[in-house]
Amino acid sequence: MGKTIIEKIWEKHVVHREEGKPDLLYIDLHLVHEVTSPQAFEGLRLNGRKVRRPDLTFATMDHNVPTRLNEAVVDPISEKQMSTLEKNCLEFEVPLAGMGHPDQGIVHVIGPELGLTQPGKTIVCGDSHTSTHGALGALAFGIGTSEVEHVLSTQTLWQSKPKTMQVQVNGELGHGVTAKDLILAIIAKYGINVGTGHVMEYTGEAIRNLSMEERMTVCNMSIEAGARAGLISPDETTFDYLRGREHVPSGEAYDQLVEEWKQLATDPDAVYDTVIKIEASEIEPFVTWGTNPAMGIGIGATIPRPEDAANESEKAEIEQALDYMGLNGGMSMTDVDIQYVFIGSCTNSRIEDLRSAAAVLKGRKVSAGVNAIVVPGSRTVKAQAEQEGLDQIFLEAGFEWRETGCSMCLAMNSDQVPAGKRCASTSNRNFEGRQGNGSRTHLVSPAMAAAAAVEGRFVDVRSFMKEEVHA
Amino acid sequence: MNPIKEVTSVLTPLGRSNVDTDQIIPKQFLKRIERTGFGKYLFYHWRFNDDGSEKADFVLNKPAFKGSEILVARDNFGCGSSREHAPWALGDYGFRVIIAMSFADIFYNNCLKNGILAIKLEEAEIEELLAAGKDKPLEVTVSLEKETIETAEGKVYSFAVDPYRRQMLLNGWDEIALTLQLEDKITEYEQANV
Repeated sequence: MGKTIIEKIWEKHVVHREEGKPDLLYIDLHLVHEVTSPQAFEGLRLNGRKVRRPDLTFATMDHNVPTRLNEAVVDPISEKQMSTLEKNCLEFEVPLAGMGHPDQGIVHVIGPELGLTQPGKTIVCGDSHTSTHGALGALAFGIGTSEVEHVLSTQTLWQSKPKTMQVQVNGELGHGVTAKDLILAIIAKYGINVGTGHVMEYTGEAIRNLSMEERMTVCNMSIEAGARAGLISPDETTFDYLRGREHVPSGEAYDQLVEEWKQLATDPDAVYDTVIKIEASEIEPFVTWGTNPAMGIGIGATIPRPEDAANESEKAEIEQALDYMGLNGGMSMTDVDIQYVFIGSCTNSRIEDLRSAAAVLKGRKVSAGVNAIVVPGSRTVKAQAEQEGLDQIFLEAGFEWRETGCSMCLAMNSDQVPAGKRCASTSNRNFEGRQGNGSRTHLVSPAMAAAAAVEGRFVDVRSFMKEEVHA
Repeated sequence: MNPIKEVTSVLTPLGRSNVDTDQIIPKQFLKRIERTGFGKYLFYHWRFNDDGSEKADFVLNKPAFKGSEILVARDNFGCGSSREHAPWALGDYGFRVIIAMSFADIFYNNCLKNGILAIKLEEAEIEELLAAGKDKPLEVTVSLEKETIETAEGKVYSFAVDPYRRQMLLNGWDEIALTLQLEDKITEYEQANV
């Protein structure tokens, strides 16, 4: 029987296997940021341990960093976390793309961008959205700080073998429907814990046709379906994307690597533990209405009513979510006004995301009373966007054009949505208070966020596109 | 890590599903560089009003459950962010056992590394414990050695924890020290593969 890519990568990385224990797995790449690492480095120091493989470790700053030019880090505790990372990287000889470094950016944006992320690698980071790197055919998952310390010290992790899940996406996404809409639709259909204990592999025609960056958006949100990781078997799209990047070899050495990577794809006769399916052509642009990522609907649908719930606990959940969000069951999403727009985060802050939002905004203005910001995923993305003139389109439309960072996705810095205000956000979580205490988050694609900025309420972005066709 | 063998305490019935780590410990409290001191921020926005006063109707604030070391919730506890600050906050507050129908994977692992016992029970059992503990405090004894939860009236619930986790928790072992005993194998792997 054939093997899935998940099993192939797993088996290749087992350092030690013993009855009654998880496998000891070798880690090829460990990405580090300022929020989940200080206690891990401190643990090393207390025990007189060192970083085993600084050469397989790479650090950046993203969660806490200010996104306004020349803004001093307002919060002294944030500042301390950032200077602590600098000190730790110096002491333990870990490469760091810190503030001011040209490679600095959101850890899940810069990994692929620099070519650190490669097919077949095991990749970890103290951040749940590490699943993003699976887009390139890597087995990448988020870990806690104790595990960060374990990897720093041993370059390994004890991990129980995951179950495998195929997420089969059949057919084609419609015009104006994006990777973000696809992943939100999958989570809405199957729930936020369908993936628990599993690694998901996304397959099918619609996935094959996605660009590398769109695949990252899909894999990024695997964790919102509860999966330990999400990945896509590498193909020509992957190999073309990586060719020429800083941390991959060039010339013949690269071609040789590609030949190895081609062996990784799931075998045709491999069997998954679980299979789920979705029809791509049926998906509309999506918007979440509630307080977890599965509480989403197509833009043409109406918000669920508590009385339509399948059982009492679901009813209570819908009631709680509607109450927090200040919405009523049965409302149409296009009747919901917004006051904030955030385009950014490890889900949707890459150059294609910015292009797609800019295409909607070109020649249009942000609605009066809407605060809209764009936060590019890395300094490289920002520079590229400026070279293409996208910054001017955003600025002319009335957006703020910011420096890179995680920003308003988790609002650890000063980029926050005030209590009771509603934000169309391209990020990944709409939990209570996620973007600021009392804030109300609606997850959407970059194009949908741009359209909402223009209208001041949610709108089907395809209606903008139709206008352009007729013009 | 402190070993955990047996815990006797009133249980705190937090009857929610999908309790995410953003609720367990909101992001504004993730900026500390220590592992300690997070307990006072646990469930911050559920526990406190904007002026810092306690919300009287939140279960942790009810006098009957003060000092409780066992938390009971429904499905998918600990979903969302990988922040280990969540188990640090739960542990620092005083919880040593979390009982739920299911846990998010990263949170479940993070509990193990911090000597917190995460127990999975069936839906009917969870509902029974929540109902019994809702109005008057229900004291139970959780034994990891016997893998049982026993109420004061003698009702016994059985659970299972995989043998590795059980050993780690019972002994409070330092996982890194154990792994470093396999250093030769790691080096061997690196020589062949990296």
